[in-house]
Amino acid sequence: MSFDNAYESLLEGDQDAHWAFGTGFHESLAGVDRALPSTVDTAELAAYCLMLGDDALILSQRLAQWCSRAPELEEDVALANIALDLLGQARLLLARAGEAEGRGRDEDALAYLRDEGEFRNVHLVEADCGDDFAATIAQLLVFSTYRLALFTRLAGSADPVVAAIAAKGVKELAYHRDHAAQWVLRLGDGTDYSRERMLAGLARVWPFVEELFAPHRIELGLAEAGVAVDPAELRSEVDGVLDTVLSAAGLTRPEARPLATVAGRAGRDGVHTEAMGYLLAEMQHIARSLPGAVW
Amino acid sequence: MTSKASWPLYEVFVRGKRGLNHVHVGSLHAPDAELALRNARDVYTRRNEGVSIWVVPAEAITASSPDEKDPFFEPSGDKVYRHPTFYAIPDDVPHL
Amino acid sequence: MSKPESEGQSPESARGELSPQDRFDRMVAADSRIEPRDWMPDGYRKTLIRQIAQHAHSEIIGMQPEGNWITRAPSLRRKAILLAKVQDEAGHGLYLYAATETLGVDRSELTENLINGRQKYSSIFNYPTLTFADVGVIGWLVDGAAICNQVPLCRTSYGPYARAMIRICKEESFHQRQGYELLMTMMSGTQAQRDLVQESVNRWWWPALMMFGPPDAESSNTEQSMAWRIKRDTNDELRQKFVNMSMPQAEKLGVTFPDPELRWNAERGQYDFGQPDWAEFWRVVGGDGPCNRQRIAHRRKAHEDGAWVREAASAHAAKARAAATVGEVAS
Repeated sequence: MSFDNAYESLLEGDQDAHWAFGTGFHESLAGVDRALPSTVDTAELAAYCLMLGDDALILSQRLAQWCSRAPELEEDVALANIALDLLGQARLLLARAGEAEGRGRDEDALAYLRDEGEFRNVHLVEADCGDDFAATIAQLLVFSTYRLALFTRLAGSADPVVAAIAAKGVKELAYHRDHAAQWVLRLGDGTDYSRERMLAGLARVWPFVEELFAPHRIELGLAEAGVAVDPAELRSEVDGVLDTVLSAAGLTRPEARPLATVAGRAGRDGVHTEAMGYLLAEMQHIARSLPGAVW
Repeated sequence: MTSKASWPLYEVFVRGKRGLNHVHVGSLHAPDAELALRNARDVYTRRNEGVSIWVVPAEAITASSPDEKDPFFEPSGDKVYRHPTFYAIPDDVPHL
Repeated sequence: MSKPESEGQSPESARGELSPQDRFDRMVAADSRIEPRDWMPDGYRKTLIRQIAQHAHSEIIGMQPEGNWITRAPSLRRKAILLAKVQDEAGHGLYLYAATETLGVDRSELTENLINGRQKYSSIFNYPTLTFADVGVIGWLVDGAAICNQVPLCRTSYGPYARAMIRICKEESFHQRQGYELLMTMMSGTQAQRDLVQESVNRWWWPALMMFGPPDAESSNTEQSMAWRIKRDTNDELRQKFVNMSMPQAEKLGVTFPDPELRWNAERGQYDFGQPDWAEFWRVVGGDGPCNRQRIAHRRKAHEDGAWVREAASAHAAKARAAATVGEVAS
């Protein structure tokens, strides 16, 4: 057994070659044309990619908070997988936003050096569910159902990069939605206590649902150009899926009135909930406290 | 004490790629088969290791006992005629 | 393939009448593997349960010091790497709990043993992670030390343990490299970053050396465990190998270790080095490390907070089974 490189000895004789072990990783956007479409306003494309990217980034950050705290080890691994998928989507979308913007900002500059008012995510993803597993599952169910409906349509986007990111994301989101639905079913149908918790979890996130379908000026403009999707179009599909899941779990939609906006402005305009500032303070402070550092 | 509520054990088998057998890769806990399958996907194929997964409740497996080893497995040990190398074929015979 | 059963020359073995103990001893001596349903001595079973459980607990508790930095990782690439790494540790704990379960102990029992302090985990995780450089240094030194301990265990005598270790070591191959890569990147950055790296190395060097356990002269379990091939090298042998491996890596990186006695000994062909503060080691092992109580409280909270979720899933599964049975009867 060689200790010069501890790993070489693992390969000696390769006695476990019969073990399936991962190979064949690939660059997710290989071969996609990154040229900016000439038909769209690139500033608007950048803003739209930030909306999509920030949604994923912020929910990924929330899910990552579960790491080492999940109800069982298997669930710890599952939540981390979902957080990693969303983080992957965020990185691709922020990189695209940076390209479209043309000011030399990369994914990290956009994630770490923007202030709260420049983040364009919806309120649903910034909601801090803390250690409330039912609320986290409700948040994930609503978000993944909405985003799957959105990405299914965006796979045909006139921006080839957005289209490729969406096509890749569809497979991930279908799994996230399924994971959340499996848990809603079990918590809704499990014990009296779990049913109460699931209902409370749904009630906690439901006031944020309306915002998902309120079209922003930029979404409408880009939808016209075939790049984006008008989120209002997603409503009936999303409602249908949510009703199906809830009814399978013996639950009904919570009575929860949507939150009012601030002078018509909400997450897509950079107006957030109070939870957002704390999330960003935690996420950004190391990156900001060492100017010029490389990671 | 929560031990009475602990989830049953499932054994996980993964097909690494098309054309291979499913191979036992390990175990996990899950409340039911559906979640066991999903957990197996997350725990045992997160590095792209498989194209198909089986999960089997550990308690559903019937195993040969090590004490039965001889009667179970020895009798096949001397039947070398089941192996192709048992048959001497001259080197110059093609395609055999 | 070794066939220890057929190699025996004694009259008993010719008639296949070896005692279980003899069969076991020969199997182990021939470097074959013991499998769950084989007869094994009680002491072997108990030692294995203790050792594998301790290893599993270390993976699970080890999620905390590094998990501490996931939400603050200063680049998205580093965040993804760190989350994937901590996720691996959950997976590794899970594989090892499964290996322990083949010896007849349930995971929930092992978890109870961990949060009640009846079983231990690696003391290294009772030290705090105070800067992001600690993520790199843990990957490089702590995972490096763990690998020295773990690679030989891929050939340990108990089959399920050995198989779990092979999978773990393969997956860990990225852990140490990502740590070293992070440190190389930081050393190429600003002076503030280089200072962070050196400060972190200074804090982790001695605890890393402690990971191999007390000096051989004070280690009670070594001899029997070596005979059983549960352990393949002594604490001091592994510690020496680790120092030998780490020195050239430190030089390439441009950091120093905080040990004035550390120097090449041409005569021995090895590095001489000083001893960690073993009094501190025993205090940390005894429960008074900087983070012992915090780590256990965190694990206990996660386990207890999750109880209603686990119960709900079990209840749902029971209802589904009952419904399926009724369905069968009805049809």
